[in-house]
Amino acid sequence: MIDVESSLATGAPEVVLAAGLLVLLLVGAFQGDRAADGISWGGVLLLVAAAVPLFDQEPARTLAWGGLYVADALSRYLKLLVFAGAAAALLVAMPALRRQAIARFEYPLLVLFATLGMALMVSAHDLLTLYLGLELMSLSCYVLAAFDRCDARSSEAGLKYFALGALASGVLLYGVSLVYGFVGATGFDAIAQAVRGEGRSLGVVAGLALVLAGLAFKISAVPFHMWTPDVYQGAPTPVTAFLATAAKVAAFGLLLRVVVGAFGALAADWRQIVVFLSLASMALGAVGAIGQTNAKRLMAYSAITHMGFALIGLAPGTAQGAQAVLLYLTVYLVMTFGAFLCLLSLVGPDGAAREELADLAGLARTRPGLAAALAIFMLSLAGLPPLFGFMPKLAVFAAAVEAGLWPLAVAGVLATVVAAFYYLRVVKLLYFDPPAGVGSAQVDEGVAPILMLAAASFSSPLGFLLLGPLSAAGQAVARALF
Amino acid sequence: MLSAMILLPLVGAAVVGLLGDAVRARWVALLTTLAVLGLALGLWAGFDTSTAAFQYVERAEPFGGLFSWHLGIDGIGLVLILLSAFLMPFAILAGWESVRERVPEYLAAFLVMEAFIIGVFAALDLILFYVFFEAGLIPMYLIIGVWGGKRRIYASYKFFLYTLLGSVLMLLAMIWMVREAGTTDIPALMAHDFPLSAQRWLWLGFFASFAVKMPMWPVHTWLPDAHVEAPTAGSMILAGVLLKMGGYGFLRFSLPMFPEASAEFVGLVFALSMVAVVYTSLVALAQEDMKKLIAYSSVAHMAFVTGGLFALNTQGLEGAMFVMVSHGLVSAALFFCVGVVYDRLHTREIARYGGLATNMPRYALFFLLFTLASIALPGTSGFVGEFLALMGIFSASSLAGVVMATGVILGAAYMLWLYARVAYGRIVHDDVRAMPDLKPREWAVMLPLAASVLWLGVNPGPVLAPVRAPVESLMARLVERGVVADASLSPARATGAG
Repeated sequence: MIDVESSLATGAPEVVLAAGLLVLLLVGAFQGDRAADGISWGGVLLLVAAAVPLFDQEPARTLAWGGLYVADALSRYLKLLVFAGAAAALLVAMPALRRQAIARFEYPLLVLFATLGMALMVSAHDLLTLYLGLELMSLSCYVLAAFDRCDARSSEAGLKYFALGALASGVLLYGVSLVYGFVGATGFDAIAQAVRGEGRSLGVVAGLALVLAGLAFKISAVPFHMWTPDVYQGAPTPVTAFLATAAKVAAFGLLLRVVVGAFGALAADWRQIVVFLSLASMALGAVGAIGQTNAKRLMAYSAITHMGFALIGLAPGTAQGAQAVLLYLTVYLVMTFGAFLCLLSLVGPDGAAREELADLAGLARTRPGLAAALAIFMLSLAGLPPLFGFMPKLAVFAAAVEAGLWPLAVAGVLATVVAAFYYLRVVKLLYFDPPAGVGSAQVDEGVAPILMLAAASFSSPLGFLLLGPLSAAGQAVARALF
Repeated sequence: MLSAMILLPLVGAAVVGLLGDAVRARWVALLTTLAVLGLALGLWAGFDTSTAAFQYVERAEPFGGLFSWHLGIDGIGLVLILLSAFLMPFAILAGWESVRERVPEYLAAFLVMEAFIIGVFAALDLILFYVFFEAGLIPMYLIIGVWGGKRRIYASYKFFLYTLLGSVLMLLAMIWMVREAGTTDIPALMAHDFPLSAQRWLWLGFFASFAVKMPMWPVHTWLPDAHVEAPTAGSMILAGVLLKMGGYGFLRFSLPMFPEASAEFVGLVFALSMVAVVYTSLVALAQEDMKKLIAYSSVAHMAFVTGGLFALNTQGLEGAMFVMVSHGLVSAALFFCVGVVYDRLHTREIARYGGLATNMPRYALFFLLFTLASIALPGTSGFVGEFLALMGIFSASSLAGVVMATGVILGAAYMLWLYARVAYGRIVHDDVRAMPDLKPREWAVMLPLAASVLWLGVNPGPVLAPVRAPVESLMARLVERGVVADASLSPARATGAG
């Protein structure tokens, strides 16, 4: 029997988000694109309002909606990250979209729909909730990718994302049905209980593998990464920033919950898959990025590599590993978003966005502040001390070493060296090369410079000072999971 | 005090970066480095040389307990911090006029570098050490890449990726150590006994990093490229201080933490050092570029350091420390000497010069002094270090001693030949004849460096006294672990060597 009242209270973030979203939708329907800015700001306020209940929830794990939905430390942590990422994506998008003449009111609404999906994902406690959240996010993201509908690349990105994403969803659903067929339940608790005892059968393992494949597509782990470079490049840059940050974090959080929460007893089975995904992602991501000439494609390969690194932390299936993954996702979100902020403010003299790497040449002379920020993000993404991006790498390597997964740790550090090459290449373009004369136009960027400064400070050595609260939060999550 | 020495250059860098005005930036940078030097002298004045314990210890926990801001120095750290703080003002002066582009950024990079260097020598937390150790790569990458020569981009990548590859292997070893010992505290780790089977791997992990940093043959190839392309001041700091991080690493980590493994790998280190001395000396003989020649000579000198360290006796260790200090001063001075003529003629090709003693007698005098110091003439700092190191190496292995002693002869050959080609003979080129002698700014660099080289040559106490206690405690640990029978030659005889 579902206790609606307490379920509503437990699911307050989603309830607030969904209700506010409908109001904003109505405003958009009546006011049209004139209200785009207002809706965007309304969306930010809505996200803040949805985040408020997260702070006064019971610290203990609470189930709601008959066990379909869970509120625990993990869901709260990830929701905060996702809401922050979505709010940032809303805050900086409008000026950029206006330059491309696509500042329509649907943008903030679609971002909010996707965010609602992500919130459901990270609170999923049942394979069906999982699927529901995942599809809400994915469908919104497909549309977002094709948001510049007059642009062939954007449309291609949307279509490609949709076609491959639909395939991945199919695979995932097939896995879900297999698991249900062999376990007889879709709830995570029931699955965990079943596989702990006699429930481990070939069918469950096959189902698990298919579910993992579907989720690997969402985090663009190799070999399910094909869509990433094309979608990143084709989608409007604010959308890419959203896909690269909030969407990745939500999908990875979901992956964490599924493998550790539901299938924790099958660690020996899924570990092989995760190790393979991790090795392949690091290798292909690091090598694939070297030849790129487009900054957004570079960021796509960067994302693939980083997902490989984060998977190192997942592979041990330990509390320490989970904690490392959370730190990784947090820092990755900020660094990546910061890098996209820099790309967003790269505008040529003709007012059009510039996104070729060659356009970055000599930026240190024409726009020193922007160049310094981008250099910080790149070096931090490379995981080089003393920048904060080093810390999550150290954490995942330590988790792997602790679990005796030496091949992963060694491959990880080698991939770090290879990846350092292409991040350094960006720094080289910014600082060593003569100015290319583009990307130097000053434009109205709204609140972007403030966010950029905040993200750069976080990615800089100052970030180390936040390790205390971050690791305390991570420990709380790890306690909730194990 | 140590925190202040790390933070002060960073503040200076921020001020310099925000000034945007070249002249004021230079003065602020110079004053900052002088202030740091003042603090370093203060450390020295208050230092107790009778104990091997870490002094000026500071401890704070701003990193959530994952690792700590734990600083402190023993005699080894003190000497290397003094060396770094002493060289930095000269590095700033070296680029005073020759660097004209993006001056504030250039100076800020040097100041940031200074902070990281001091951090490396002062860190008493493993992770903190690694952060500082790696962090130095970024400003150096920028210094080579932005203000370097023609092949600067190739050289900067090579420098960065080479060093990074070595260091990440050390990082894995560090992670394992922290897991095994349950602490990131360096003093605690120095007293921890790791099992021998693990020690081998850990030693190799650290070796990968320090061997590249030193650099040891055959992983030295980044150094000539980096030196040739780096601006003068960059070379001075690279040769003067950055290479010492490798030797410091062996002394601080490899020997005390993995004594058994160190003893097992003595043969490897000796073999590499012997090859390095002979091979790189011969390579240096064949160079036509002044900077490249001095770069190869650095590799040869660093081989005395590795040889001395792994002789595992008091003389060897003290000698290695002294070679590091002496080479820091001498190689920085030699690179500055190259810089002086490069600023005038814009070429480093040896054949383009000749006869400088005629029209630049004062320059030639200083150049001669540093050349002689480089070949370890008695009376210069070079002699004390190489003599002690060779004595230590000889008592450990007479074969290694003999082979490495030839390095001294070869060193004399290439350095004197370099000097002869540059300073002696008749002046052939008119533009060489037109070169003016030293300017006041160049005097300001040459004089203190020359004075310190001579002073340490006749009075090695300032280096040997602080180093004595930590070296003795390291030897005591090696004896306690049964790695060496006793400290072999008595410390008293070593003092007489100066």
